[in-house]
Amino acid sequence: MTMLTGAAVTGGANGPATVDRNAGRRKKRWFAEVGWRHLVGLLGVLFSLFPLVFVVSAALNPLGTLSSTELVPTGGVSLENFGNLFARTEFADWFLNSLLIAGGAAFASVFLSALAAYAFSRMRFQGRRVGLLSLLLIQMFPQFLAIVAIFLIFGTITDLWPAIGFNTPWGLLLLYLGGALGVNTWLMKGFFDTLPRELDESATVDGASHAQVFFRIMLPLVAPILAVTGLLAFINTINEFLMASVFLTDTDAKTLAVGMRGMLQGGERNTNFGIFAAGTLLTAIPTVLVFQFLQRYIVSGLTSGAVKG
Amino acid sequence: MSTPLSGPGPAQQAPGRGPVRTGSPRTTRTARNHAPITATGLAAKVILLGLVAGIAIWAAFPLVAAEKWVGLAVLVLTTAALFYLYLGRRHVPAKYLIPGTLFLIAFQVVPVLYTASTAFTNFGDGHRGSKDDAIVAIQSSSVKQVPGSTQYPLSVATKGDPATGALVFLITKPGTDTVSVGDARGLRPLDPGAATVGPGGKVTAADGYTVLNFGQASARSKDITDLVVPTAGGALRSSGLSRAYEGKAVRAYDAGCDCVKDSDSGKTWTADGEVGAFVAADGERLAQGWKVNVGLSNFTRVLTDERISGPFLGTLIWNFAFAIGSTGGTFILGMVIALALHSPRMRGTNLYRMLLILPYAMPSFAMLLVWRDMFNTDFGLINNLFGFSVDWFGQDWSARAAVILVQLWLGYPYMFLVATGALQAIPRELTEATSVDGASRWQSFRAVTLPLLLVALSPLLISSFAFNFNNFNAIYLTTEGAPFPADNPSNGATDLLITYTYRLAFGGQAAQFGFAAAISLFIFAIVAVVSAVSFRRTRQQEEVYS
Repeated sequence: MTMLTGAAVTGGANGPATVDRNAGRRKKRWFAEVGWRHLVGLLGVLFSLFPLVFVVSAALNPLGTLSSTELVPTGGVSLENFGNLFARTEFADWFLNSLLIAGGAAFASVFLSALAAYAFSRMRFQGRRVGLLSLLLIQMFPQFLAIVAIFLIFGTITDLWPAIGFNTPWGLLLLYLGGALGVNTWLMKGFFDTLPRELDESATVDGASHAQVFFRIMLPLVAPILAVTGLLAFINTINEFLMASVFLTDTDAKTLAVGMRGMLQGGERNTNFGIFAAGTLLTAIPTVLVFQFLQRYIVSGLTSGAVKG
Repeated sequence: MSTPLSGPGPAQQAPGRGPVRTGSPRTTRTARNHAPITATGLAAKVILLGLVAGIAIWAAFPLVAAEKWVGLAVLVLTTAALFYLYLGRRHVPAKYLIPGTLFLIAFQVVPVLYTASTAFTNFGDGHRGSKDDAIVAIQSSSVKQVPGSTQYPLSVATKGDPATGALVFLITKPGTDTVSVGDARGLRPLDPGAATVGPGGKVTAADGYTVLNFGQASARSKDITDLVVPTAGGALRSSGLSRAYEGKAVRAYDAGCDCVKDSDSGKTWTADGEVGAFVAADGERLAQGWKVNVGLSNFTRVLTDERISGPFLGTLIWNFAFAIGSTGGTFILGMVIALALHSPRMRGTNLYRMLLILPYAMPSFAMLLVWRDMFNTDFGLINNLFGFSVDWFGQDWSARAAVILVQLWLGYPYMFLVATGALQAIPRELTEATSVDGASRWQSFRAVTLPLLLVALSPLLISSFAFNFNNFNAIYLTTEGAPFPADNPSNGATDLLITYTYRLAFGGQAAQFGFAAAISLFIFAIVAVVSAVSFRRTRQQEEVYS
């Protein structure tokens, strides 16, 4: 049996001998083979969990302030913060805005990049190489670096079409779609490349059009990876702060990231911590649910994206 | 901006159909056999193209109203091109590429090019418009009430809604019944009899105008104060809500010397086309300048201006340290835990995995704010737990260590996930073979596992580096760049280039869009070089040629 261990472990095997040599040796062997793995795993879990425990404790803290929050709630628990969250802030609006923008952007960007990836993977045309290389280049220039220009451009758009300008979810959604092609196309092209060409060739032999090949054959086969890229796009969009903060200044137009940061600004920072923590937990629910649901795909999806060439 | 939301058209051109064709798929382009048009395909096409047409029409009206003919031409051409593309049978690849590409061009390529062009100008507060705008602003802001200024009884009126409509001044020349109406374009007389003048010379009603009552006027007192009506001898401004005076513009532009003269002090400011401002002999600049092309000076400023170059170099080094530290740290931590859990004798790996990746599923913006408050000096969890009273974000190195620790927490679950997957893809025979050959575990890890992991994960490591290099949230939501040196409030110890840029453009002080754009280009160049060099070593590059 081969185990891949770190260097630290080999040191642990040279400890002082115990009285009962046999039992001691067995214990040591157990530790060298399995025990240290649990130790590392537990340490990792501790590191992962303690800020989360703190958030849960803050959300349940009846006083609702940062200064009164302990790692483990000792002063009783209450759900008051959740009620206050909806009563004192526009949390419900922010939540819906975020779901709409992130959901729409994730869905549309996955679809747009799947279309492009299909063309790059299955068709040969003039400018294909240039197209792929320029996507690679554009991908390196993150959209938000152009935030100054975006701000100025959308100033004009707001004058012309207020419906897709500042303080609307649609403007931000359109903006996010601008970055769609650069981020996912390469990844998805890789997945399309792994599907055997014989599949779509036999379908075309049977008279299927290129659109039928794409929608009926290719898309179902890459569905898991579409789900994973969609989920990642969703998480990234929910967390996007920079552009959203420039775009959305009206209280009821804000997304969760912009709105919840506002809760902890200035003098409110200490008193609002409880409702902020409650909001954090509510924000996490959709992601955690989808995450656990897709976990199987995520591991295989992320790595096949990485492993395959 | 027309909507490129249309999906691909349905069945247009069937790639090679004959069973004889077993050759390479490269031949598909030349195949001319068409697949039958299906009803669903046709319906989808009609609906989507109808949607495109509808949105194009909706978008056209404001363009016409605003007389933006270039924009309208772009809109019409785009829509026509979309119809041509999806109604025809040719250009199949374009049908799949165009939808995403339209968004890419409109919202990424254009802003990037705009940024690049802005970087060569002095665009920013004080340099927003043209030279003429600047001259008008200088002259009208210098209007002063001088002894002997004519006073007028004033009524404020509007053609629209009293609360929002554009305002005009209605004034009566003292001693006469001549009523004039004035707005930002100038003063012109009203027809005699069109206005009713009350006692004291105040206009009480005028044809076509709504005269604001006192309450309405006082609600808009700021608009009234800001309204400057240019006249031959200077400009007309309000003094209170019911009187206006004709003041003299103290500063006037003289086209002969291309300068602005102050008639009070006799000082002159000469136009300097290089910097886009009026500059006096003693170097004093007027605040209202105009936008000019400054060539490379935004770029050279970063290198030569000592107030900028010193802190900038520090920021650059820290930016690299942050990106490498975050990427490397999360990778090592994630890999160690993945290695530890990667054993057939381990029980409960699924439970471990589920708990370990929880941070990844939490909203990172919120957790960054939570971490910020855990590092709070007075009532943060870290100080409470360990009994410290450290001002974590108050000292350079503790703040830097803190933000990297936070990144570690946020990022290692991802690395753990991908390392787990990559480990599972490494054939067990390889490591078994090394142990048969008598290699220690460390040797087998160094010689087999680690290189294979790195090959598999290097594209992810590169993109993780690029992400962290510009990780705006990591800094802006925690330290906001603090601590700042006492003499430089614009560049703090934990500032990344991107947060520095953001502060230049949107921070409290005067916006410097041109300079901020130049720094954006610096960041782009750095990230592009680093990524290009690293991508050369990966197989992604080869894929382009396949």
